[in-house]
Amino acid sequence: MALPTDRRYTAEHEWVLVDGDTATVGITDYAAEKLGDVVFVDLPAVGSETAEGSVVGEIESTKSVGELFAPVSGEVLEVNDAVVSAPELVNSDPFGSGWLIRVRVADASRLEDLLDAAAYAALIGESA
Amino acid sequence: MHQAHVAAGASFTDFAGWRMPVRYSSELAEHHAVRTAAGLFDLSHMGEIVVLGPQAADALDYALAGRLSALQQGQAKYSLLLDESGGILDDLVVYRTGADRYMVVANAANRRTVADALSRRAASFDAEVYDESDDIALIAIQGPRSLEILQNLDDLGLESAPDLPEDREEADIAHALAALRYYRALSGTFSDRPLLIARTGYTGEDGFELYTAPDDAPALWDALLETGAGAGLVPAGLAARDTLRLEAGMPLYGHELTTGVLPAQAGLARVVALDKPGDFVGRSAVEGGAPEGARVLVGLTGEGRRAARAGYAVHVPSGEPHADAPVGEVTSGALSPTLGHPIAMAYVDPALAETGTRLDVDVRGSRVPFTVTPLPFYSRKKN
Repeated sequence: MALPTDRRYTAEHEWVLVDGDTATVGITDYAAEKLGDVVFVDLPAVGSETAEGSVVGEIESTKSVGELFAPVSGEVLEVNDAVVSAPELVNSDPFGSGWLIRVRVADASRLEDLLDAAAYAALIGESA
Repeated sequence: MHQAHVAAGASFTDFAGWRMPVRYSSELAEHHAVRTAAGLFDLSHMGEIVVLGPQAADALDYALAGRLSALQQGQAKYSLLLDESGGILDDLVVYRTGADRYMVVANAANRRTVADALSRRAASFDAEVYDESDDIALIAIQGPRSLEILQNLDDLGLESAPDLPEDREEADIAHALAALRYYRALSGTFSDRPLLIARTGYTGEDGFELYTAPDDAPALWDALLETGAGAGLVPAGLAARDTLRLEAGMPLYGHELTTGVLPAQAGLARVVALDKPGDFVGRSAVEGGAPEGARVLVGLTGEGRRAARAGYAVHVPSGEPHADAPVGEVTSGALSPTLGHPIAMAYVDPALAETGTRLDVDVRGSRVPFTVTPLPFYSRKKN
């Protein structure tokens, strides 16, 4: 599966899609595949503040637990309730309807430090 | 077999030195397929150690916790390999495959331990021990439609079948499979190659385990997948195997069973034949039962969807006295795919082991309520 090039990535296997000062965050198909079937998603409260690099949620499969790290600092504007009630969306559509949270980005310049699709592909050993 | 797994879309994990299929498509789909139709597992990593000779039965009665001399030919038994202190070195399934021949099936990680211990313990008996793990492959078909699929498999025959017309032979094997009882095995053939067909498994469902030569395994695997496709048979990996055995309340070596655990603590006192006449390794240590206060294995069920996992601490509920000190530890846990709520096995203080006892599990810093529940969580008769 080709990685979408419209967004940025982290070494913790999250993707960040920026629209103005809003960042939508999810996990990559690589991460979802490594986790296996996701059966439980725990997301932060709307209105809470995230600090870049802090744990803001959990993604559990039958076999293991993945932590969701905030890729940027900011305020949580929205969480994906659909994925809370249907965690399998993380596996079936990780880059689309399986998104996890939307954050108002405190400092847009921090986004420049995230990986582009080619760099992330290199990180996971795939060609972009 | 590796190529067959790649062809079936497997992802792999390294397990006890083997590249093992962890899942093919979705471990949940594989789990449900085993509960409702059938799943096919490659378990060739398991160890097979053959004990052969006029005193093979006596040697195993001395070496293992159970009374293996009481097995009839074609019968199987779950048993334990204990150390001198009564600790569990491995859990095993032992097949009596002849008057003077047994096959001991060991966990992959313990293969050498079991082969070495059996060799040492059999040394004073007229019996030889051979580690045949590299020469025996194991394919398991598990689930309610397993029998029907095996009956429909072409080229399956009975080893001792008299020279019958082909249609009679087919009727013969189909009948023999249907009549084969749980924990019994028969000698069969697949494409005229030898095959041990056992009605055993590790999923809580009806099913069969098929022991054959590694060179013959890929053809058997492919033929089963083809024959069973219409009945819903899918290849299934280690991930599904783990949630299936957990729902069925079956212990896993390294989790529920270790050298630090006595059989009685694990609820396996029934597996130790204290009434057998001779001595056996571990007897003096296990005769008195578990020491006062030793933790015992229990089932735990929770609400919601947050799983308790191996290594998490168990506490009395928050608000009660002494809620800070751990009273146990989870050994396995998952969100049960069949039941839809979290299930776990844990060792807890014996005073807290009674059914219905409320306990908390520390799930990464949050106290999550659980209730002590009888094992198994799932049985095919009950659910």
